[in-house]
Amino acid sequence: MVPAVLATVTIPDAITFVLAAAITLVGAFGVVLMRNPVHSALMLVMTLFGVAVLFVEENAQFLAAVQVIVYAGAIVVLFLFVIMLLGVDRKERILAEVFRGQRPLALGLGLMGLAEVLLLGTSHWTTGARSVAGAMSTATGASGASGTYGGTPSLNTADLGRSIFTTYLLPFEVTSALLVVAIVGAVVLARRPQRRPGAPDAESAAGQTIPSDQPLGSGGTGAMTPPAGAAEHDPASAQPAPGALSAAGRGGGSAR
Amino acid sequence: MSVPASWYLVLAAVLFMIGAVGLLVRRNVLVMFMCVELMLNAANLTFVTYARQLDDIGGQVAVFFVLVVAAAEVVVGLGIIVAIFRRRVGATADDAHILKG
Repeated sequence: MVPAVLATVTIPDAITFVLAAAITLVGAFGVVLMRNPVHSALMLVMTLFGVAVLFVEENAQFLAAVQVIVYAGAIVVLFLFVIMLLGVDRKERILAEVFRGQRPLALGLGLMGLAEVLLLGTSHWTTGARSVAGAMSTATGASGASGTYGGTPSLNTADLGRSIFTTYLLPFEVTSALLVVAIVGAVVLARRPQRRPGAPDAESAAGQTIPSDQPLGSGGTGAMTPPAGAAEHDPASAQPAPGALSAAGRGGGSAR
Repeated sequence: MSVPASWYLVLAAVLFMIGAVGLLVRRNVLVMFMCVELMLNAANLTFVTYARQLDDIGGQVAVFFVLVVAAAEVVVGLGIIVAIFRRRVGATADDAHILKG
């Protein structure tokens, strides 16, 4: 069976696939096995490049470019940024096991799932197996039939754009709402804990001394802030009185 | 003739299982997120493979949306991680047991 398959596959395609698959798998193992999170992130870049090569091999050129730009260019950079920001780039004791038997159980489950997927994937009923035979022409056939771009090989972007902006227009619009929600959520999560709900009051009080009869919530939330942050804001607003220290930190924090 | 689709599917299954096992095994939260990205990439590879095999651009559109959702998920997830790290020092998922009763 294997020589029959190999007879139909052209040599450059096979070499490309094998190399990209090797890159992908080595990178994936590196993500899991590297002890330093920075190294894991770099191995993730390797995997993403391998998958991008496979996308090109499968005539998904636009997605390959987006994969490199968005994943390797934005998401991994975000990972690295958070790793550096939090300073967690120290090595993890990867052999330390918290729950007894977790590793063998995870490996067993993984191998079992892999065997199951492979068993189902090589049988006929999951794929339907009817359009397997000669369907190697990609979506270029659709637009080639429309006659607009007939003959040119790289129609992937045009096809994808036409499909997104016609058939999948509503999901595309909903995606914008999702992105807005994600941005708002990230801003809310990344903001420092609010000292006081009344924001406009604090802005006017940033330049002057704040009387000590603040509402109760300010004292409660002010105690949650680390003293390093209050001391950091203190010389900026030049309040020498120790009683006004939390007020100065409040003003500086809200004005920032 | 190009490489048969079953090769891609087997590769995607292996990639997915590496990601799943890594998610179960590793305790660093950031590495667990990276393993989730591995699993998403395996799903993307499957989508693109079926898009080629079934001659349907819809699979690639699905990959497009998966990319968008993955980006949003990473943004929110890393925001949560930063918020957790601000309260307590700990790089592993075992340190985030605030919700434990």
